[in-house]
Amino acid sequence: MKRVLRGLVLPLLLLALWETASHGRFVDPRILPPLELVAHTAVYQVMHEGLLSNLAASLARDLAGFCVGSLIGVIIGTALGLSRVADRLFMPSFNGLRQIAILAWIPLISIWFGVGESAKVVFIAAAALIPVVLNTREGMRAASAQLVEVARALTFTRWQLVTRLYLPSALPSIATGVHLALIYAWVASVGSEYFMTVGPGIGGLIIAGRERFQMDLVMLGILILGIVGFAINLGASAIEARLMRWKPV
Amino acid sequence: MRAAAAAAPPWASLPRGGIAFLFPLALLALWSVSARLGWLPPQILPAPSEVGSALWDLAVTGELASNTGISLLRVVEGFAAGSALGLLLGIAMGLSRTTEDYVKPLFTAFAQVPTLGWIPFLMLLVGIGEPLKVLVIAKAAFVPVALNTFAGIRAVPPIYAEVGALFRFSRWQLLQKVVLPAAVPPIFTGLRYGLTHAWNALVAVELLASAEGLGYLLVWGRQMFWLDTMMGAMIVIGIVGFALDRIMAAAEQRLQRWRLA
Repeated sequence: MKRVLRGLVLPLLLLALWETASHGRFVDPRILPPLELVAHTAVYQVMHEGLLSNLAASLARDLAGFCVGSLIGVIIGTALGLSRVADRLFMPSFNGLRQIAILAWIPLISIWFGVGESAKVVFIAAAALIPVVLNTREGMRAASAQLVEVARALTFTRWQLVTRLYLPSALPSIATGVHLALIYAWVASVGSEYFMTVGPGIGGLIIAGRERFQMDLVMLGILILGIVGFAINLGASAIEARLMRWKPV
Repeated sequence: MRAAAAAAPPWASLPRGGIAFLFPLALLALWSVSARLGWLPPQILPAPSEVGSALWDLAVTGELASNTGISLLRVVEGFAAGSALGLLLGIAMGLSRTTEDYVKPLFTAFAQVPTLGWIPFLMLLVGIGEPLKVLVIAKAAFVPVALNTFAGIRAVPPIYAEVGALFRFSRWQLLQKVVLPAAVPPIFTGLRYGLTHAWNALVAVELLASAEGLGYLLVWGRQMFWLDTMMGAMIVIGIVGFALDRIMAAAEQRLQRWRLA
């Protein structure tokens, strides 16, 4: 209890300072709009400007890119983890491409795929793919050699070997990758909306707020970014914990 | 299948490095052929030679060096500021539970919003000049450094502190001789993440608001539809990012030479 109260001190102090600075005109209210204005903007945006549909558009994009990216990621990661030849052939190239900061792909993607929905989903999928490939590959390689021997003694077919042994034993690692992918995909969704400002979305909302010099709108957008990111992370952790219940600690 | 090595295919005996080049070379060959035969218009996929000559032109005119230099300077400034603050905060939170109680919730809330989200906010606050870049990069480096420093200090086994107490170390001695050296590996992990984040943040901020730097080269190439310039800039961004990470890794190893393996 004491810890919670202590944790509230600084944020409340900051908010109080913000209110006084804004109302007392110590800072230009255009730079630091009073809190109630941000709240008012939030209500107004929800009622009249379709904030929720913007949010839904961002989340739908996020989900589409995330699903495509992690599905392809698991497939590539499995191939790289199980086949030495594939690993030697493709992993160095993958590592090379991975060095390019993900946002640096946006101009190229926007030339190849336009600035519409498909370009955004491609970009989000690329961002989600990377951690899934790395973690899936890692997990596949970490499968216990003894279990593999047992499976061979039981004359598992290749398919059985993959579905009954490699996939289950790589699952915790894959889950880590997918969890990271969820976080990356959300950031990438916002990024894609920043640079390909066609269509609804939270990122577009923030950029519009900046262009119109509406700090209240920008702050609202940032708040939503944080809350959604937090919720995604929380949800992913819960699902991960549930999926891993069978695992002996 | 890993056991496939037993019935080794002929190419498996190739040295590791050799086979790694097969795929990029094949891709490059396909790319050249496609450019030569005009499968795709050059506005969509310029020939590799054009990317090379675009890079060469940038290098000869000195534009490449000056833009890379500007980007590097921004990263160094932002990273230095952000990681210094991150270290301070991480140490403070790590050493004192009271400080943690007061500061951690606000820090967590602050860290929750991705760097990309803070950029438009900071643009309104400080404009689009040099301070914007340094602030954004500093924020990107600050969060992982603070988090890892904090976790690193908390992970120091209490028994170390007990030994220190046995030697009647003062608080300062304890910090300097026991706690900090023991926390070096996680702190360095944090610094390495911090530098990677800083580099990514630089690309973001230069794409959004800059008139110079590697990110600007990308924007410029995009506006002019010069894909060769864009691809060249992407390659340089990749190489510099890789080099920065390697430098941190080397420093990490050097600093840990004293550790028992």
